[in-house]
Amino acid sequence: MSRIAARFADLKREGRGALIPFLEAWDPDGPTSLALLRGMPGAGADLIEIGMPFTDPMADGPIVQAAGKRALDAGVKMADVLGMVRSFRAEDDTTPIVLMGYLNPILSYGPERFCQDAAKVGVDGLIVVDLPTEEADMLLPFVTANGLDFIRLVAPTTDDARLSHVLSGSSGFVYYVAITGITGTRSASSDDLAGAIPRVRRATDLPVAIGFGVRTPAQAAEAVRIADAAVVGSALLDTLAANLDAQGRAKPGAVDKVLDQVRALAEGVRSAKVTA
Amino acid sequence: MNKAVSPQGPDAGRNSLRTGPNERGRFGEFGGRFVAETLMPLILEVERAYNEAKADPAFQADLDRHMTHYVGRPSPLWFAERLTQHLGGAKVYFKRDELNHTGSHKANNCMGQILLARRMGKTRIIAETGAGQHGVATATMCALFGLPCTVYMGATDVERQAPNVFRMKLLGAEVKPVTSGAGTLKDAMNEALRDWVANVRDTYYLIGTVAGPHPYPMMVRDFQSVIGEEAKRQMQEAEGRLPDAAVACIGGGSNAMGLFHPFLDDTSVRLIGVEAGGHGIETGQHAASLTGGRPGVLHGNRTYLLQDDDGQIIEAHSISAGLDYPGIGPEHSWLHDIKRVEYVSATDQEALAAFQLCTRTEGIIPALEPAHALAHVTKLAPTMDKDQIVLMNLCGRGDKDIFTVAGHLGVKL
Repeated sequence: MSRIAARFADLKREGRGALIPFLEAWDPDGPTSLALLRGMPGAGADLIEIGMPFTDPMADGPIVQAAGKRALDAGVKMADVLGMVRSFRAEDDTTPIVLMGYLNPILSYGPERFCQDAAKVGVDGLIVVDLPTEEADMLLPFVTANGLDFIRLVAPTTDDARLSHVLSGSSGFVYYVAITGITGTRSASSDDLAGAIPRVRRATDLPVAIGFGVRTPAQAAEAVRIADAAVVGSALLDTLAANLDAQGRAKPGAVDKVLDQVRALAEGVRSAKVTA
Repeated sequence: MNKAVSPQGPDAGRNSLRTGPNERGRFGEFGGRFVAETLMPLILEVERAYNEAKADPAFQADLDRHMTHYVGRPSPLWFAERLTQHLGGAKVYFKRDELNHTGSHKANNCMGQILLARRMGKTRIIAETGAGQHGVATATMCALFGLPCTVYMGATDVERQAPNVFRMKLLGAEVKPVTSGAGTLKDAMNEALRDWVANVRDTYYLIGTVAGPHPYPMMVRDFQSVIGEEAKRQMQEAEGRLPDAAVACIGGGSNAMGLFHPFLDDTSVRLIGVEAGGHGIETGQHAASLTGGRPGVLHGNRTYLLQDDDGQIIEAHSISAGLDYPGIGPEHSWLHDIKRVEYVSATDQEALAAFQLCTRTEGIIPALEPAHALAHVTKLAPTMDKDQIVLMNLCGRGDKDIFTVAGHLGVKL
């Protein structure tokens, strides 16, 4: 069983949903983001999503864009992102790690070699924002061959007829993009989510995570009441950005501030009893 | 070379180079639909709507009427006699798309797409623009049809193309400066895509070049092919034969694709695309994706891109805001790889020299974009015989560029 499947199975037994915090690799530098990554499981992260910086993140809002720019300015390479995961795995062999990013750096690295290396260092799943199902054959064979989960995005615009097509070949969990919009901008209403998630559930047995616009412990709690996991990204990147000095370096205590926020989100998630 | 010419010539069967893209939107291995899932249903909707419109005679008739009486087509074919004498070689003809309403070839595509957007019931239009030519053309069509219009433009370009910014505002468009990246066309396109993701229900994204996800490269090419079709006919009337070479500048590549496409199966016609060489290819500061880039995925399509070893996109550089883009339309990438079209480059300085030459010998102030094409014509024509013909697409007029040119010539306006 993959780490992702095992983790969701454990949580189901516990009767609660998952918190999936997001961090941008090397934001604002390698050591700071590795410290953040290492601290996340202890602060209550059930799975962790790591953003792979790209110059042109077309689905991301200003907060993730700025984080990616800081990381690129710090000189991050794709190999460094994988290196972070290798370091993390040396001390944590159970918390699933999902890499999220855009296709071009993966193509440049070599899609097959990237999947091999990602599996080798202990990555569990991939989310590639600009790779719709229609183009997935450029990567999916290598993802599957290396035992990685291929996590698909489903959007409010994905109609029922398209859902099964979109979900073909997906594994791990399904990432429901809660809004029609970019990251870190607005939040979906409870009604929207309550209407959307059952629709996704009818199309898959995989766990469903909600992302885009989940910022507060209350919103995270609501997300896991309706679905199986809450992804929180921009809210954490905001906190990190607010704790950088004028040169863009992390101030003392910056990592702890972000981890405190992860802890609060985890409490929110754990307080939400699953009714099903 | 006096054989009858028609867009559906004898080669237009299965051996034609004009049948692409395939059902996946690919030209060879280029093109495709690399967008977030949120946009995927919209892209498919645009494709369906376009295919229906293309097959509808009423749509075509409406388009023809607007092209004739509003855009002002056909544009003339002009024998540039003094320039020809000056260069001392092949006869040089200009396809005068700078005479279109709004001053560039961009009107051809905007008219086609706005009619499609109306047909689809969309009530808001967004666009990206580099030099502002596409933005102005989009704003113009939106004014004509009473549709709200938002144009994304890199902050750097807002600065260097001030006249076009004012024109767009006069036309009622909202111009949103984009400060991410280098603040040029690439960043404007990112921001337009982000707007579209957030406004999927009512908004139509009117892409200005033969790039982006399928069906845009195909659709924009189809609307621009009127350039080459007219030129082919006009050349027959003027010279009784096809040109020996056709030359056009390339940023995303829409004016070039419009000129080239009807000639793709005419193997006697050399097709030459001129990329922006900026400060020179060797300096790394240029916008020549085919000469200095390699294949990758950006803005919805797989194509040649300027990128570093790690797949990060490199900012392009060109004196011309309209060519300042690190990618190129996917059909060009394919035509490059199969060697049907030759791709060369011209530097900022060469374009500036050609800009002045054209102004003084022909009384036409060209945009800096086609000045790049002309820079290559000034190298090519003298190497050819006097009975040979070079056809160049003069795709835009240069009023918008006089401030930039004055600056480079050390003149204060």
